[in-house]
Amino acid sequence: MAEPMKIRTTLKGDSADVRVLMVHPMETGLRKDASGSIVPMHFIQEVAVKVNGKLAIEGQISQAVSRNPVFSFRLKGVKAGDKLEIAWLDNKGERSQIETAIA
Amino acid sequence: MNPLRRVTLQTVAALTAGLALPLRALAAWNKEAFQAKTAADALKNLGIASSAESKDVLIDAPQIAENGAVVPIEITSNVPNTKSIAIVIDKNPFPLAAKFDFSEGAAPYVKVNVKLGESSFVRVLAEAGGKFYSASREIKVTIGGCGG
Repeated sequence: MAEPMKIRTTLKGDSADVRVLMVHPMETGLRKDASGSIVPMHFIQEVAVKVNGKLAIEGQISQAVSRNPVFSFRLKGVKAGDKLEIAWLDNKGERSQIETAIA
Repeated sequence: MNPLRRVTLQTVAALTAGLALPLRALAAWNKEAFQAKTAADALKNLGIASSAESKDVLIDAPQIAENGAVVPIEITSNVPNTKSIAIVIDKNPFPLAAKFDFSEGAAPYVKVNVKLGESSFVRVLAEAGGKFYSASREIKVTIGGCGG
């Protein structure tokens, strides 16, 4: 089970800034470990942001995104208490999901 | 042990698993574009044949990055009705770094940390009304972020 994401929303009028931290190694498959063997690829491929159950942002990402990715997004037409869901899926089929209320 | 508590925990676990499922229904990861080894191939696989330079696509990134493993890039598209934003790092082993699709309710804005293997041009392509608008920035890297 992946470590939970950390999420913070800042509501300004009817738009909200969303910052989310995903705990993930984001291995490129190019890096070698201390013993000199290649660390296999392991990275998040898909990210989804939903507001009140509706898909707002869908991201496809590569191993070029830094370890423990932090994303900032901006949502429009939202209000306090709206349901925000963020999910990711990596190349090994591991996934994580978090749900919070916009505040 | 409280048997009711067991059942409740199991139910919660099952519900959580169910919630995660909708991600499967999303458009699949664009393997061809992400595994392309040149920026030109990546763009071709994204269906981007041509793009126009635009001042409405803004990239905020450092000119010089001390550490290529974590380079913050902030992108805003002021092109009306921007549907998607793609980030291409020309000199990376796999140039396509990310692509974001925005639906109604999301501003065409994203900030993300990326890795740069070496100093490179970073290109951003915004799609609006079936056309592509681009901007690029050169970022110099003192320590690469890919190998060991």
